[in-house]
Amino acid sequence: MTSTDTSPKHADTVAKGLSPWQLALRRLARNKAATFSIYLLLAIIIVCIVGPAISPWELDAVDWDHIGAAPDLVSKHYFGTDANGRDLFVRTLQGGRISLMVGLLATAVSFIIGIAYGAIAGYAGGKTDALMMRFVDILYALPFMFFVILLTVYFGRSIWLIFIAIGAVEWLTMARIVRGQALSIKQRSFVEAAKVTGASHSAIIKRHIIPNTLGPVIVYATLTVPQVILFESFLSFLGLGVQEPMTSWGVLIAEGAAQMESAPWMLLFPAAFLAVTLFCLNFIGDGLRDALDPKDR
Amino acid sequence: MLTYILKRLAGTIPTLFIIVTIAFFMIRLAPGGPFDSERQVPAEIAANLERVYHLQDPLPLQYAYYLANVLKGDFGPSFKYQDYTVSELIRQGFPVSMQLGLLAILLSLLIGVALGVIAALRQNRVLDYLVMTLAMTGITIPNFVMAPVLVLVFAVFLGWLPAGGWGDLKQMVLPVIALSLPQIATVARMTRANLIETLNAPYIRTAKAKGLPLAHILLHHASRATLLPVISWLGPATAAIITGSVVVEQIFGLPGIGRHFVNGALNRDYTLVMGVVIFYGALIIVMNLLVDLFYALLDPRIRYDKH
Repeated sequence: MTSTDTSPKHADTVAKGLSPWQLALRRLARNKAATFSIYLLLAIIIVCIVGPAISPWELDAVDWDHIGAAPDLVSKHYFGTDANGRDLFVRTLQGGRISLMVGLLATAVSFIIGIAYGAIAGYAGGKTDALMMRFVDILYALPFMFFVILLTVYFGRSIWLIFIAIGAVEWLTMARIVRGQALSIKQRSFVEAAKVTGASHSAIIKRHIIPNTLGPVIVYATLTVPQVILFESFLSFLGLGVQEPMTSWGVLIAEGAAQMESAPWMLLFPAAFLAVTLFCLNFIGDGLRDALDPKDR
Repeated sequence: MLTYILKRLAGTIPTLFIIVTIAFFMIRLAPGGPFDSERQVPAEIAANLERVYHLQDPLPLQYAYYLANVLKGDFGPSFKYQDYTVSELIRQGFPVSMQLGLLAILLSLLIGVALGVIAALRQNRVLDYLVMTLAMTGITIPNFVMAPVLVLVFAVFLGWLPAGGWGDLKQMVLPVIALSLPQIATVARMTRANLIETLNAPYIRTAKAKGLPLAHILLHHASRATLLPVISWLGPATAAIITGSVVVEQIFGLPGIGRHFVNGALNRDYTLVMGVVIFYGALIIVMNLLVDLFYALLDPRIRYDKH
């Protein structure tokens, strides 16, 4: 990636030929916004993991001397405290752990369901495909945000419900993408060849169909993570998501918005963390799409 | 065209039916829910429940009664507000939510298209980058962050606009802006991409070669191909605006459906939440249907009959 056109090393790699993935990585590395976002996102993740250990304060510890205090290095409340005297630095980073974890796990769930469903529908084709995709169409038309809220009313508010609800929404688009890919891949000669050699349907789906759909799926997964984080924050902001003593960026933003006239830092820090994370993920997703999609070149 | 309309209608009804059915059975099966016999409810509400839900009848019959009521637009009595039915609460809140939503869609269309056209005409220049960066910001920053920040800046620090309430024009400015910013960004990005693609089309090159002025080309030749996809945006936009208005109404204290909905969810007002879900679900589905039909009317390339 760093070598110039004239260097012998580059000539070597060209002679060997680059896999599409290596080419894509090169294109990604050339995208400054995406590269910068990757480093920034890594930094945020590391801070969220390590940060709470550095601060002398606990998540729920009340500092009676600093209630609603502004950011201050001497008292080691780097981001200030909230109206209950709890340290905002620790709370923001702990909230970040939850938000990021929800984002990654729920995306992983939707990733797995969507790939399996889409690959089977696309590979089977015909009536099975039509039936399976009609089901997706119907689910697609439902106003999911409202159903999730309805669910929280019935089954109480818990983080597991959020996982399930988000996973249930996000796999739909994934399934559509994979199905479209699978439809075209199964016509290719290497799939015919695999059939001729007697490979089973499940083996063909696992070994040949799914690996070849991964490009667009990875792009979409990267763009799903910020959506999921947003979804969770939205629910938490309304008081319907993550509950005390746990916290997330959405909860902190809601608390901050309620206190913003007297303690603007309570809104500022969690909002900034959320916004920067979402920016990074969107830039990485866009960068990956440009790198993996040969249509734009 | 007629077959297409009928086909789309036939596709819409099952979805509506599924929404109502899911809502009905969810409310029945809820542990500790309103139909749990161990739950104590005030006698008046119990009497209302009995009257509306026919609890003594077998379940299939109850379901039939419920369907008939929903078709009549009757969602039953509220669980928390003894003096109101859910339909009354929805009727009360809807004008506010509708005003807010329509203004937001209008603003998104006007500003979004304008920004998109400017960016496309200045493709890869400073103005384009500026607009696209702003659009990325608008899409990325959720309205529950944007709304408090707007209040903080324009109401608290500058004191130009009121921080809440609904009625006069000044009170509408901040909620409408907070609600429409993400949509402005979406429309701007879409318009820019469409216009850039359209301007490269051979028929536009022909128009340019004829020496027509740019304004004429934009208005008469490029506008249709550029704006058609924006119409299909109206479907998802309705859903996004409705979802967004839940937050915006909460932050600005507007007396719309969204606030009833959140309060209902927090108070476990089952019938209210369910009524709003069905109402908004139907609204979104009908909007999607209308947008599709409108699109089919406007775009002569689409011949739905053949499918």
